[in-house]
Amino acid sequence: MKTYEEALIECALTDERIIVMTAENRVAIRKLPPILGERFIDVGIAEQTMIGIAAGLALRGRIPIVHALAAFLTMRAFEFIRDDVGIAHLPVKLVGGVPGFLSDGNGPTHQAIEDIALMRGIPNMQIFAPADMNDLTASLPQIVASQEPCYIRYPAAAPTNIERTRLGIGNGEPIATGSDVEILTYGVLVREAILAREILAKEGVSVGIMDVRWLRPFDSETVLEAVHAAALTVTLEDHFLSGGLFSILSEELVKREEMATVLPIALEERWFKPALLPDVLEYEGFTGKQIAKKIKERLLGQPITIPKASTIRGLKTTSV
Amino acid sequence: MQTLSESRNIELQSLALRVREHIIRMATDGGCFIGASLSCTDLLVYLYSEALDMAPGRTQDSTRDYLLLSKGHDVPALYGTLAELGYFSKERLDNHLRTNDDIYWHPNRAIPGVEFHAGSLGHLLSVAIGIAMDIRLRKGSNRVFVIMGDGELNEGSVWEAMLTASAYKLNNLIAIVDRNEFQANVRTEELIPLEPLISKFEAMGWNAIRTNGHDFEAMQETFNQLLSMQSNQRKPGVIVANTVRGKGLPSIEQRADRWFVNFTHEEVAMLLLELHGVAKAALTSETLLVR
Repeated sequence: MKTYEEALIECALTDERIIVMTAENRVAIRKLPPILGERFIDVGIAEQTMIGIAAGLALRGRIPIVHALAAFLTMRAFEFIRDDVGIAHLPVKLVGGVPGFLSDGNGPTHQAIEDIALMRGIPNMQIFAPADMNDLTASLPQIVASQEPCYIRYPAAAPTNIERTRLGIGNGEPIATGSDVEILTYGVLVREAILAREILAKEGVSVGIMDVRWLRPFDSETVLEAVHAAALTVTLEDHFLSGGLFSILSEELVKREEMATVLPIALEERWFKPALLPDVLEYEGFTGKQIAKKIKERLLGQPITIPKASTIRGLKTTSV
Repeated sequence: MQTLSESRNIELQSLALRVREHIIRMATDGGCFIGASLSCTDLLVYLYSEALDMAPGRTQDSTRDYLLLSKGHDVPALYGTLAELGYFSKERLDNHLRTNDDIYWHPNRAIPGVEFHAGSLGHLLSVAIGIAMDIRLRKGSNRVFVIMGDGELNEGSVWEAMLTASAYKLNNLIAIVDRNEFQANVRTEELIPLEPLISKFEAMGWNAIRTNGHDFEAMQETFNQLLSMQSNQRKPGVIVANTVRGKGLPSIEQRADRWFVNFTHEEVAMLLLELHGVAKAALTSETLLVR
């Protein structure tokens, strides 16, 4: 399979509009400068300036693909993204490195675990959180072809071997079906969800998994169908509880006047323990085994009763 | 560009007078940021009339010169200038702050001639750099101008962008600082002193010249000088234009409390009289001097 660098080179060489930019972070794009020449722009450690310049380039018809660590890109430069890219509605593509747990040993300054909440606050901003490089490289041409701004959580993690059948902006990928539990997740935690499913299967629990992939546009149809098909829904994410997948699902349910029993697994009110990725997962309770245990406890705990969507709809007294 | 003829100078003064009338009329029924608007009126009139390769029919032409207004508050001066020069109808200025149009306290890209929206300070130098970089990539010869406020130079993003513009040797980029020596509420030198400003820009790798931002002949001379420097040296350029906040209305000039105003219609009528009185006196003394 292609590396991100190779996929990016392919896109850039076929589309003159593409400008690759970085705020002096070249880890994933080291080979690009000699290949792209002046279409590679490194502004130095200046995320705000990079976004402003990207907007200027986009005004002239370019499609800038900008790179910086997710934390600095979405937070240091937030207002620039909001004003220069968001208000202007320009097709700037934002690639955030080491998002969520992937910042492993860097410490809280580098932990982008509110990035989805922030980017979701900008009208028209697409948000893509692929589980692995294969999904990113396969999706890149469509992302570049779209006229919308897009934030990408860069997935520097081992491949998942998922065969994707629903590539395309805004499509979730159901990777497994199950009637007891439905795990909704994205990014680096997709692999852990798969492990949890295997463990639970041995105990007779039937688990479905949806790789949500796109937080925006959100695949409400597919997701809610899976949610209503299972007794318990689990939202699993390396993001603060507020503003991420759990929030999105809650909003979708309330909007439709539907209900579900949901176990949210996310980071609550604190930054995570900095360490190497496997140890972070272990310490924070996000390994497949720990996730399986949490789900089991929830299933054995208070009884789960789910009102069916149709019943709830029947309660509606007014229609909007 | 040639030196400015006397008749052209008087035409520009007359245009600036009409733009100031528009600004004063926008200072009621909700009001506007009058001080900053009046300080950069002559700069905008000069740039659109003499320096920019730009015209009402060319707002989408990729070979046009660009002018971005980063300081935002002075948008009545920009709208007044654009309306006078035919970018959109003058009647639309009456829609200031009305919901039937898109004319409000900060620049809006929906208005013909406005290149980018502004409002939050310290943004448009970067955007201007992006435009200038693309022009260079396409081997164009057009230029990008960006007007910043002196108070705006407090923002760190301006200095980030200055370093980048210098690193990329953008000699098609020209910044203009409206040096009216005021931030919103206080004098710049009493809060966060900027001087010596020219040497600061020079130390960042820019060509920098000072001018009188109310004197069209001086502006013509300075821009000629800067443009010739730009063609010889691969550096971005900046003009620090000394201006007076509230210029044209001695009753509000350099008054810290005349940043944002919302006058009554009677006050507006008085200020229009004041504006014309001052302009007439200036013209008479100038004419006498020439004779």
